[in-house]
Amino acid sequence: MSGYRLENGGRVDRSRPVEFSFDGHSYQGFAGDTLASALLANGISLFGRSFKYHRPRGIMAAGSEEPNALISVDRGAGRFTPNLRATSVEIHAGLSAFSQNRWPSLKRDFGAINDRLGMFFPAGFYNKTFMWPRSFWEKLYEPAIRKMAGLGDAPTQEDPDIYASTYAHCDLLIVGAGPAGIDAALEAMGSNKRIFLIDEQDELGGGALADPALWPWLERSRKALIDAPNVTILTRTTAFGYYHDNFIGAVQRLTDHMPDNSDSPREKLWRIRAGEVVLAQGAIERPLVFDGNDTPGVMLSSAAKVFANRYGVAVGKSVALMTAHDSGWHDVFALAKAGVVIKAIIDVRTDVSSALLDEANRLGINVHLNHSVTGVNGRHRVTSIQICNNDDYVGARIDCDTLLMAGGWTPSVHLWSHSKGSLAWRDDIGAYVPDQPNENARCVGACSGGWDFGSGVIIDVLPTPKDQSRIKAFVDFQNDVTAKDIKLAVREGFRSIEHIKRYTTNGMATDQGKTSNLNGLQIASTALAKPVTDIGLTSFRPPYTPQTFGAFAGHAKGALFQPTRTTNIDGWAAENGAVFELVAQWRRARYFPKMGEDMHAAVNRECVAVRSSVGIFDASTLGKIEVVGPDAAEFLNRMYTNPWKALEPGRCRYGLLLKEDGFITDDGVSARLAPDRFHLTTTTGGAARVLNMMEDYLQTEWPDLDVWLTSTTEQYAVIALQGPNARKLLEPLVEGIDLSADAFPHMAIREGTICGIPTRLFRVSFTGELGFEINVPTAYGRALWERLMAEGAKFDITPYGTEAMHVLRAEKGFIIVGQDTDGTITPFDAGLDWAVGKKKPDFVGKRSMARPDIVAPGRKQLVGLLTNDPNVVLEEGAQIVADPRQPIPMTMIGHVTSSYWSETLGRSIAFALVAGGHEMMGSTLHIPMPGKTHEAKVSGMVFYDAEGARLHV
Amino acid sequence: MILIHCPYCDEKRPEIEFANAGQAHVARPLDPSSQSDEEWEAYLFIRANPRGRHHERWRHVHGCGRFFNAVRDTVTDKFETTYKAGEPRR
Ligand SMILES: [Zn+2]
Repeated sequence: MSGYRLENGGRVDRSRPVEFSFDGHSYQGFAGDTLASALLANGISLFGRSFKYHRPRGIMAAGSEEPNALISVDRGAGRFTPNLRATSVEIHAGLSAFSQNRWPSLKRDFGAINDRLGMFFPAGFYNKTFMWPRSFWEKLYEPAIRKMAGLGDAPTQEDPDIYASTYAHCDLLIVGAGPAGIDAALEAMGSNKRIFLIDEQDELGGGALADPALWPWLERSRKALIDAPNVTILTRTTAFGYYHDNFIGAVQRLTDHMPDNSDSPREKLWRIRAGEVVLAQGAIERPLVFDGNDTPGVMLSSAAKVFANRYGVAVGKSVALMTAHDSGWHDVFALAKAGVVIKAIIDVRTDVSSALLDEANRLGINVHLNHSVTGVNGRHRVTSIQICNNDDYVGARIDCDTLLMAGGWTPSVHLWSHSKGSLAWRDDIGAYVPDQPNENARCVGACSGGWDFGSGVIIDVLPTPKDQSRIKAFVDFQNDVTAKDIKLAVREGFRSIEHIKRYTTNGMATDQGKTSNLNGLQIASTALAKPVTDIGLTSFRPPYTPQTFGAFAGHAKGALFQPTRTTNIDGWAAENGAVFELVAQWRRARYFPKMGEDMHAAVNRECVAVRSSVGIFDASTLGKIEVVGPDAAEFLNRMYTNPWKALEPGRCRYGLLLKEDGFITDDGVSARLAPDRFHLTTTTGGAARVLNMMEDYLQTEWPDLDVWLTSTTEQYAVIALQGPNARKLLEPLVEGIDLSADAFPHMAIREGTICGIPTRLFRVSFTGELGFEINVPTAYGRALWERLMAEGAKFDITPYGTEAMHVLRAEKGFIIVGQDTDGTITPFDAGLDWAVGKKKPDFVGKRSMARPDIVAPGRKQLVGLLTNDPNVVLEEGAQIVADPRQPIPMTMIGHVTSSYWSETLGRSIAFALVAGGHEMMGSTLHIPMPGKTHEAKVSGMVFYDAEGARLHV
Repeated sequence: MILIHCPYCDEKRPEIEFANAGQAHVARPLDPSSQSDEEWEAYLFIRANPRGRHHERWRHVHGCGRFFNAVRDTVTDKFETTYKAGEPRR
């Protein structure tokens, strides 16, 4: 044996050395090593510092259950991954890994002072200490705790990697490719089932990889499965969650094990729907609980066997075993045969089988029955252990550099529990095993509680003569929870394991208690003097092991995070310098700045242009619904507040839509094209919601009505031409429509053509000016827009955006549903009672308008606000008070909903919701804003052309 | 992700195609104006919150667009049955 690498054995490729670095030092391993096995082979025993006490920690396990050896891997800018388990990281040339949670270095760590102060960090320490005052949390406690405690650093740069995702369907999904999983696959292979076999490791085999006797079988099986056309094998793939109806989420790691960062996806998220699921997740060995069980060099006995047989690494030069289970004996027998010196077997039991004793004797191993380890010497590595007889506490010291623990086995029921399969307690193995399925699923192999590891006893804490309150016997290694902490929680009155878990944080670390849950349960059970089944079991939740955010985001980031809806005219706006905003996923031009203009200047210019000549506006995003059928008018009459039956074809009407609770939910101008056909418009953001609501009433309340609803939002490009010159611009371009004021009055619709394109031409106005909204088939939108721009040049036509649109409508007192209303505003509150058909017997929301709370006085009502200083533009959302001299906290009586500078009026204007506002006309209110409290007078909402003279021309 | 059987499409489809639409069999009164405040309150706001069998409405919004009724167990999240709007309560 050279160093810690065994002369022979293992599955590593000794002909392929691999250079890598850990904490800046270069090391050599072999292809096939994990970071853990390669560093162990180099004699490294210290891998990190613990979460709370900063205690030195080494390797405890050999697989993904490892709680201690969390490390970071740096693959270059933006490719920094913290909190990986060294036992799951495959080494490759150039791998650059770092230990965590230590400063300034792993060996000399400042935070280790916490360990000496351990008596001040009992269970519930954070809950008890950092309670008061509240402001201290943000400023003092949290930053300090974050600095001292915690895991690896979060990456600071954007992740440049690509993550793929896919859906898959199969008849049989097998999770875990150990012997049980492979057998299940081999058994089903001959059928015509589509089979998925997935495993988190880099090769098939699971536990068989540490058992050379099984390798010939493994190789034959692997070949057979690869050759089977109906079997898909996914390695390096973690089934992290089991969801309803046999839906399994899995992440496949594609490139992290390779030397170069390639352009291909780093990981792939699989969403698999399976007919049947076979869980073969195996079992995890349990640590034993005794003083010093977290010292580097103390590890699970099964892990030592894996390091020897799979990686050809001796975990130590002189090894002792502390065991409560036969499996530990078999492990050290295997180590002895591989050439590792075994100093002693200490078994807590009085009786073990003679076969084991004989084999130990044959191998020349000292055996101490009815003994326990009561202390571990060495800080960065075990140097010796103290053992005691369980009855008389007569002890001895054994020199060794490694201590193995074999505390029995815990079936991995994680995914089974995700699927809500029930569990049953088995006293003989001291563990929960799968009982009744909730999905079409079954467990096979060790995760079902069936194994040939022999038998053992379950012991919560090893006997010790020491004062139990003075020892550190760890249960949850990652969260630094000791047996003492759990006992303290019980003494303080916690009875349910769910509460004990949250109070002590046992099992709440990133490993979700894979090695600690059952020990914690046993200790609580003893402390409470109740059977385990009376205390419960904490639930397992996805993910099985931590996964990257990248895998879940997949391609849905940046521009692909959500769809951006664009109109046919969007390209023109982009080419002409529009500044955009997102409105309900639509990209809308907000304003069109000319050279040197800021938003304020551009919006002022756009508003003035509309009022003085003509402006052009892309209104394509308006929601549109075609309502067709003999009962169309009756249907709209029941949906909207106002009457629709008498509306003549060719005319438009403003429609106000309430929910059944009487509150405004949408509005829009709609047109009757024919007795049985309406063209509805909705707000941009409300289109889908309104259609859903109308479908609901039509399908479920009034199925007798013969009406069809079709979303036509994306079928029409809509161009608004607004301003005194709008008609002059339009007239020469339109055929088949008489545009004269008499023939085509305000609030009318005509069908004809414009520039040869069929159009539904609305004469409507959201600006208070003479205006038209030209609906043409979407594909013609930009062409028509460009033609209008060219023809409009003689009127100095001005494109305007949503910001000017907002100002123009506010000058006219038009509300925007969702800005000036908030889901608690009735038509009366909004000053829209004129739009309510008082004589209609019923419409959606009518009965609610007589609800006691809606007719009660003091409701918030929409009013205009004019600041005493005309140059002050109030902040939207600013709170309003009646008396600024009242003591704090003041009574807030409302808030500003819309507020703009009106260039046309040369002053600011605003809307506000104010309690009892309609009764306050002319009174002065106060609006506290940063720096100053402003005064404003309550007014009506129409600030410009109240008589509508500009409209009816 | 749950699979839901749409009684109109007669297919089991993933739940992302569907939208929940609240408790089922809450009929809008034929003449709301005749309702007392208490009756109207009950219709508007008062809903069952059972542990176990729950009748609720779903819409196959990204499919056929139809509203239908379902019986779902609120403990297991399993759908017992789905049936067309207008069919008697199951
Ligand atoms: Zn359907």
